[in-house]
Amino acid sequence: MARPLINAPKSVRRGEVFDIRILIAHPMESGQRRDDVGKPIPREIINRFVCTYGGEEVFRAEFFPAIAANPFLTFSVSAVESGVIVMTWTDDLGASQFESIEITVT
Amino acid sequence: MHRRMLLAGAALLALPPARAGATKPEVAAAIQALTGGAKLRQGRIKLDIPLLVENGNAVAMTVSVPDAVSEAERIRSIHVFAEGNPNPNVINAFFGPRSGRPGLSTRIRLATSQTVIAVAACADGTFWTDSIELLVTLAACIDEI
Amino acid sequence: MRAAALLALLLFAGPAVAQPRSGYWDAGPQVRAMQDDDTANPGFLWVEQGRAAWQAPPPGGKACAGCHGDIAAMRGVAARYPAADPASGAPVDLAGRINLCRAVNQSAPKLAREGAEMLALAAAIGVESRGLPQRIATDGPMASVIARGEALFRTRMGQLNLSCAQCHEARAGARLGGAVIPEGHANAYPEYRLEWQTIGSLARRIRACLTGVRAEPFAADAPEMLELEAWLALRGAGLPMETPGVRP
Repeated sequence: MARPLINAPKSVRRGEVFDIRILIAHPMESGQRRDDVGKPIPREIINRFVCTYGGEEVFRAEFFPAIAANPFLTFSVSAVESGVIVMTWTDDLGASQFESIEITVT
Repeated sequence: MHRRMLLAGAALLALPPARAGATKPEVAAAIQALTGGAKLRQGRIKLDIPLLVENGNAVAMTVSVPDAVSEAERIRSIHVFAEGNPNPNVINAFFGPRSGRPGLSTRIRLATSQTVIAVAACADGTFWTDSIELLVTLAACIDEI
Repeated sequence: MRAAALLALLLFAGPAVAQPRSGYWDAGPQVRAMQDDDTANPGFLWVEQGRAAWQAPPPGGKACAGCHGDIAAMRGVAARYPAADPASGAPVDLAGRINLCRAVNQSAPKLAREGAEMLALAAAIGVESRGLPQRIATDGPMASVIARGEALFRTRMGQLNLSCAQCHEARAGARLGGAVIPEGHANAYPEYRLEWQTIGSLARRIRACLTGVRAEPFAADAPEMLELEAWLALRGAGLPMETPGVRP
C-alpha cells in the first residue's frame, strides 16, 4: 500500500495558522457496489481520522462512505509550540495507521 | 466486469427530484438530533462545491468560516449531509482549541443531482447552515466493475 | 462557387488531428485543478510508491537505481515509448520495457500490467517526462507497427460497428450525452480516472472502449494493443506529457 502524502510547512511563526493536507491511499469501498456476479461488495472504509498536536486533539473527523476513494483532507492548525503532529486513521476492520510530522515554531 | 455504454438518447443528466424547499426527512431528523431543535441560521459558515459536477465519484468540497468569530462563538463541529445519497451522512468534523481556522476541504461522492447541506455547531450553542443544490452529469462511456 | 470552395476546403483540410488537443482541455475545471496540484492529484500516491520501488532491489536482484541511478535520469524516456527494443527489435511499451528490464537485468518476475507496482513504476518514470513533448521513433521496426496501429484505429469493430476514428477523430469535441468526446490521446498515462477511482493504464482504457462498442478486447500482451498504443502516441506527437493525468 502506498504511503500517504502529507503537505505541511516545516517551520511556522508562533500564532500563525497553517494548513495540513493529507492524501491517503484507500479504496473507500462504499458497500453500495456489486461484483461481477452481482454479489454486494462489503463496505470497507476509513471511518475515523484524528490529528493531535503536542498530544492535544486539534481535529477529528468521522468519515462515511460518501468520502471519495483515496481520501483527501485539508484542515488547519494554529502554531503554538514546536512539537509533533500525529495523524491517525482507523478503518472498518479496526486497523489503524498513523503518520507524524515535526513542526518548528519560531 | 459489467461495462455499459450509454449512448446518446439515454438519460445522461440526473435531474434532482422536485423540491418544495423541504429537507428530506432522514436528513431533517439527523439535523434535529444534532441541534436538539435549536434554530438553524444562515451564515457564519460557507459551503463551496461546484454547481455542475462532471463525475460524482470525487467532488471537491470546502466548508469554511469566512469571517472571524469570537472565542465564545467558536465553531466546534461541522456536519455535512448529501440528501440524494443512499446514506446522507458525509462527514462530521470536530475542532479543538488549537485548530486555527475551523473548516475543511475534502472530496466527496454524490450519487445524483441533489442538495448538499452543511451545519456548524458553535460554542455559544447556536447552529448555522449553508446548502447548495447541484447537478451531477453522468459519463457517457463508463467502465465499472 | 462558395460551395465548391467549401468542398475544396473539406477535401484538402488534411488530417483532423494536425493540432492534437489533450483530453485535459475537455475535462472540467475541477478535474484540471486536481491534475495541476501535485498535493491534490491522487496519481502522486502511485508516483511516490514507484519512486520507492525504483530504489528497492527485488529479492536476489538489482534495484532499478542500481543501473540507472537517480530516477531523474529517466527524463524523456516515457515520452518516446512505445519503441523498438534494441536487443530484439521487437516493439515494447513502457510497461513492456520495465518487464524486460526485470527479466534481463534484475532476475525478477514480471509485474502484472494492471498491478499497483507496475502502475506505480510507470507513473514514477512517466512523471519525469512531464511537460516534454510526446515523440516516438517512426523508423525501423516502428514504421510497420504504427501503420498497423493506424489501420486498427480506422477499422470498425464490435456489435456497434464503430471504429476508434469515428468517435475520437470525426466526432472529437462533440458530446456523447453530457460528456465531451476527447481525441483519445496517450500523453497522460498512467492516469487517475474518477470513473475508475484509481490509476490505470492506456491498455485498460482501450479495453474499456472495445467493450463499449461490444467488441472482444485485445489481451494485455496482444500485438494489436501495442500497435494501437504506438499509433496513438504518434497521432498525439508534440503533446506535452501529463503523467499522472486526471480525467473524469
